[in-house]
Amino acid sequence: MRENVQLKLNGKPVSLEVDPGRPLLWVLRYDLGLTGTKYGCGEGHCGACTVLVEGSAVRSCLLRVGAVAGKEVTTIEGLARGSELHPVQKAFAEHDALQCGYCTPGMILNAVSLLRNIPRPTRSQIIETMEGNLCRCGAHKRIIEAIESAAQAMGGGQR
Amino acid sequence: MKRHDGKQRNIYDEYLERDFTDAPESEGLALPLDRRQFLQLAGGGIAVAFCIPGSLLAQQRGRRGGEGQQLPEDFNAFLRIGEDGRVTGFTGKVELGQGIITSLAQMLADELDVPLESVDMVMGDTDLCPWDRGTFGSMTTRFFGPPFRAAAAEAKAVLVELAAEKLGVTKDRLKTRDGAVYDDAGQKKVTYAELAKGKKILRHLKGAPVEKPGEFTLVGKGLDRRDAVEKVTGRAKYAGDIREPGMLCARILRPPSHDAKFLRVDTSAAREVAGTQVVQDGDLIAVLHESPDLAEQALARLKPEYDQPAASVDDRTIFDHLLKVAPPGETVAEGGNLGAGQSAAHHVVENTYLNSYVAHAPMEPHTALAKVEGNKVTIWASTQTPFALKDEAASLLGLPAQNVRVITPYVGGGFGGKSNNRQALEAVRLAKLTGKPVQVAWTRAEEFFYDTFRPAAVVKVRAGVTEAGLISFWDYGVYFAGERGSQHFYDIPNHRTVAYSGGWTGVPGSHPFATGPWRAPANNTNTFARESHIDALAAKAGIDPVEFRLKNLKDPRMRRVLEAAAKKFGWSPAKAPSGRGYGVACGTDVGTVVAHIAEVAVNKQTGSVRVKRVVCAQEMGLCVNPEGARIQMEGCITMGLGYALAEEIKFAGGKIHDSNFDTYTLPRFSWLPEIETVIVDAKESPAQGGGEPAVICMGGVLANAVFDATGARVLQLPMTPERIKAALARV
Ligand code: FES
Ligand code: FES
Repeated sequence: MRENVQLKLNGKPVSLEVDPGRPLLWVLRYDLGLTGTKYGCGEGHCGACTVLVEGSAVRSCLLRVGAVAGKEVTTIEGLARGSELHPVQKAFAEHDALQCGYCTPGMILNAVSLLRNIPRPTRSQIIETMEGNLCRCGAHKRIIEAIESAAQAMGGGQR
Repeated sequence: MKRHDGKQRNIYDEYLERDFTDAPESEGLALPLDRRQFLQLAGGGIAVAFCIPGSLLAQQRGRRGGEGQQLPEDFNAFLRIGEDGRVTGFTGKVELGQGIITSLAQMLADELDVPLESVDMVMGDTDLCPWDRGTFGSMTTRFFGPPFRAAAAEAKAVLVELAAEKLGVTKDRLKTRDGAVYDDAGQKKVTYAELAKGKKILRHLKGAPVEKPGEFTLVGKGLDRRDAVEKVTGRAKYAGDIREPGMLCARILRPPSHDAKFLRVDTSAAREVAGTQVVQDGDLIAVLHESPDLAEQALARLKPEYDQPAASVDDRTIFDHLLKVAPPGETVAEGGNLGAGQSAAHHVVENTYLNSYVAHAPMEPHTALAKVEGNKVTIWASTQTPFALKDEAASLLGLPAQNVRVITPYVGGGFGGKSNNRQALEAVRLAKLTGKPVQVAWTRAEEFFYDTFRPAAVVKVRAGVTEAGLISFWDYGVYFAGERGSQHFYDIPNHRTVAYSGGWTGVPGSHPFATGPWRAPANNTNTFARESHIDALAAKAGIDPVEFRLKNLKDPRMRRVLEAAAKKFGWSPAKAPSGRGYGVACGTDVGTVVAHIAEVAVNKQTGSVRVKRVVCAQEMGLCVNPEGARIQMEGCITMGLGYALAEEIKFAGGKIHDSNFDTYTLPRFSWLPEIETVIVDAKESPAQGGGEPAVICMGGVLANAVFDATGARVLQLPMTPERIKAALARV
């Protein structure tokens, strides 16, 4: 059942011999050693496993690895440029928008996807987009503030 | 646990009096190390041992704990200036989200005048850190900052003494900068590394020093926060992110319910999945594979059979059941004469308050990796109690405790739930059986199944108020929540508080599954019941609920926070129900007092509640890190929306119906009210807990706001739309 699946992962080409039906989350975490993408529920309810596929937020626990063949996938490890953090990462750190940090990669990638689609989101657009990402530590208030400040820092543009 | 009883404490204390001189390991105390062991642990250089108090320490010591904590005199942390000049802080506490792993490094760097890069923190590693009870609740920096800083100051004093000797200069003429000691003329210099080289110096700080406000420079913010940068880049390692060569991922066969009896299993189909190993050892049946999803596929092919007894109790009947099996009560507090108070009452209100089982639901499920090599065991675990795990694993395998090392990476939330180390012991067993490193990472369903829920509980209150609006008696009985927070703080002449089953773990035959401490244990239940009932009395007396509380309240700290919250909120008096949807509640936890005022809107058709605004005033004694305190308060308020409005475990007997976040609802972004926090200054009094108090009022404040909006009093948490509609129908 193994097939060759090729994709662009965090800017680099990757070629895998893998059962294309396996969830991307586990291939990332175990086959590729990218553990920044987290498991929280496995059923699409929490957003901890969010990655970017072609720049848009997708839940990797529900996505077959075969579905990203030929596509560009970005995980949390691929967001910063060298030591320069993405403005959303920077804003999360600066606003204390995390406590235990387990929900953080998914939150950040979903926010990056939001700002790509809506560079200057209103508060209610932020809330609507982030609604499906769960945080048990209750960092919500600061997460919203961080996204607002990242949007400002990016000045309506893309990075 | 043996070591938590009074007798053991005494031995422990006595032992410490002797200040690390050799002491017998009496009664199996795996407690502090003797001097020789300690020096081995610390290695060469200069070490200062000290103690970080734990938030629930007092609670574990005695039944009346929770308030008025005492500081222990033992040590559970130390710092070292190594022979290479590097500074390392060691503590058995773990990083659950408090951010201390970075803020403490910063503090050590500050106090010792070394660059931040030359400071390391080692936390929750049982081979490298001194014994510690565990990290409970969400501890704020107040526990950590002052003792770390004092220890660093002590270490600096030692360095300066050594430098004075070495340089032949008096101490008052020496200054420290950049990891070295200089004389004031700038002529002579000696580095910390040179000073520490070949030394084995140990100092022991007794007691815990108190920080003076001006001295507190713990920033721990922004890009300086090491854990923040690791966490936003995905580099932060949690237990499930650790990899060992040859590691297998285990998926374990779980019974359909806690009361199911295992009969047999057919494993043949599972064995056909390539690369799968099936292990059966008594009650432990597991499939292992290099990838967890393939292990999962194999697990689905197991054909088990169970005997399932009929459920005798479910989420509706549990409260009657609990009342039926409740052990005799124990009086927590009493005074005056209830009979006299009843005769003086003009109105009497009697209510029974209920709350359901609530899950901890940390975003990171319980996870562990275990490796057994010969008679040595290494465990990486998401745990709040690494030292307890070490002992548990040792006794599981019949090994001496020193053969087991527990390493605690970042923990993705605990809230009390990760004091239970079942997943790690499963990993240990499987590692032993397979001879391979084994990871056990619970699925969300397993996390719900084995959670030690906040217990379902019942509170019965009967109280009366005089014509003048004074509470004349208070008769309060709490069943199964626990007694923390059960004592009222109002000025009531005749009162009695009784706890039936004082603990949150219940008694045999009470709960159909495990229960345990949940953020501010017992106090959420007690504060909901008390503050709802105070409100009901105020309404009966026809007095504004803030005014009514102040009228019946002498406690100056409580009055201050209530007044501060009312001022911030812009409270204008009106008797409830005013239709405005304003609610108020007060409470006290771990020495801190809080008052909340909330505004809600209730949709009477659907029964849904929208929380528009929550103001929280908190007096926590000296507040060393106001920003840190605010983060905790916001987290408490946000988390508290869940147990107040939505969170409850549905079950029938030992079968847990909730297995994921589709049915079990956590607070979400759209629920977020406007949150305003006020920290009431009390610099003169000692620092108190800040990680939990602001969660305790959320049930009461929202129930009272719903009453003010609608005239319907909801007596059961969570206040689901159905319960609100039912309460509306009763109005
Ligand atoms: S793990 Fe994918 S949404 Fe929760
Ligand atoms: S920061 Fe802990 S779950 Fe969000």
